[in-house]
Amino acid sequence: MTARAIWKGELKLDSTKVPVKLYSAVKDQTVRFHILDQKSKTRVKQHMVEPAGKEVTSEEVRKGFEVETGTFVILEKEDLEKLTPEESREIEITQFVPPEKIPPEYYDRPYYLGPDGDQTAYFALAEALKNQEKEGVARWVMRKQPYVGALRAEDDHLLLFTLRHAEEVLSAKDLPHPAGRAPDKKELTMAKQLVEMLKGEFDPKDYQDEYRERVMEFVEKKAKGHKPRLHLVKTKRKTTSLDKVLSKSIEALKKKKAA
Amino acid sequence: MPRKKAIKKSRSEDADGQVRSARPFWSGTLTFGLVSVPVDLYPGNRTNRVPLRMLSPEGEPLSRRYYSQKTERDLEDDQMVRGYEIEKDKYVIVTDEELERLAPEQSRDIDLRRFVSLAEIPPLHFDRSYFLAPTAGSEKAYKLLAETMARSELAGIATFVMRGKEYLVAIFPENGILRAETMRFADEIRSAAEVGLPEKKKLPAATVKKFERLIAKHSHKQLSLKDFKDEQAEKLLKLVERKRRQHKAVVKVEVPEREDGKVIDLMAALKKSLAGKRKAA
Repeated sequence: MTARAIWKGELKLDSTKVPVKLYSAVKDQTVRFHILDQKSKTRVKQHMVEPAGKEVTSEEVRKGFEVETGTFVILEKEDLEKLTPEESREIEITQFVPPEKIPPEYYDRPYYLGPDGDQTAYFALAEALKNQEKEGVARWVMRKQPYVGALRAEDDHLLLFTLRHAEEVLSAKDLPHPAGRAPDKKELTMAKQLVEMLKGEFDPKDYQDEYRERVMEFVEKKAKGHKPRLHLVKTKRKTTSLDKVLSKSIEALKKKKAA
Repeated sequence: MPRKKAIKKSRSEDADGQVRSARPFWSGTLTFGLVSVPVDLYPGNRTNRVPLRMLSPEGEPLSRRYYSQKTERDLEDDQMVRGYEIEKDKYVIVTDEELERLAPEQSRDIDLRRFVSLAEIPPLHFDRSYFLAPTAGSEKAYKLLAETMARSELAGIATFVMRGKEYLVAIFPENGILRAETMRFADEIRSAAEVGLPEKKKLPAATVKKFERLIAKHSHKQLSLKDFKDEQAEKLLKLVERKRRQHKAVVKVEVPEREDGKVIDLMAALKKSLAGKRKAA
């Protein structure tokens, strides 16, 4: 089955253009609940109310920026419209960098790009990106929103990620160093040994959302009128001295590997 | 298709979805081997730098309320339940307590059972970013883990249950602080074949070469963040400032005390917590 494209655009690199279609690369698997009125077991609705509890309709709602507590600068619809960027189909690629240069916290949502007409240009760009081991940075306007993004080759195809703006990402550089004493040499050596023993490859297939399955199983049982028994969860253990725990961990892992 | 609400909004979120609470987003335990490190989790992304509040025609801040379709009356938190629709208008009710009990004890820990090179993880998995801060008494083990991962250039991988959802997460140090990046599970990502993209055909080498030259021409060793500026947000802030200076469209209102008392931003709480000034719970 072919997915439906959510948007059409044109990658632009200097004067070269590659027409593309965007498809979501994400499948939402979240167990979706509805909020219900407990008495009638019917769905609830939402509305906006002013402090005294009176409803304010969406036509009456105004938007404001709180400059200090209780002081708002009102932005009218016309103000906000003026700030909306001009519509365009252009996805302008501004720079290429080695792929590891964009930190993980910038990545937001991934989209597959598919060719829209010219397949040669599309696949040639994907291959060139792969050969050069580069990731492109792109800017575009989609549905009245300005985006910054990353263009990548994934096997033979192209992926376009929306990225977060710099102001949306908190950097560890802006945070204080954690307090407390630095680890000593012996602890570091043991911890390193422990981490090395647990070193492996990242294979996404090794991880399943088991909780999601449990919730669905539980819902199905309840739907059939069963009342599955659930136990209370206990809390916490305590830690003894760090180097004792480290050496015990290493011993335990060695045994596991030998078995 | 409209998105359905996953879980009811917590009281600490106001009408614009801004979290205003001094408490960490989540508290739990990070483990590697038999070492356990109690940590607090704080958001590492700001969803909206220029949050606009919804106001009444008189300029009073609004709040979002749920109401019953049947009685049209507003509902308090304890008058609402969570239901899974099994057939049209028929729901199975699931309580907070049940969701809580469905998570086995060990699933609440971030148990780092594998360490991988961060560069090996395809960005397709990256979702949201958080910071972990040590809680009182765990600073030593926290620093040891951060330092060890930094030296071996590895990220720890784990799954854990937080607030009624299971997360796949990569933990890695940044400037001595542990970052937790939540990741999409394999079944939350489509393949190119699933999307129905065409397969590659034979390509003229000259076209590939042309693109390679274009890429080389615009390549840099370092990422320039100039493209990452939110110009629209800046324009908005400028407009706000201009209006304020001209005393245009400025309203002052009595703001009712927020439900959770003091408004403290999470960043301040995170900083405090890292500096070891957070009181033990």
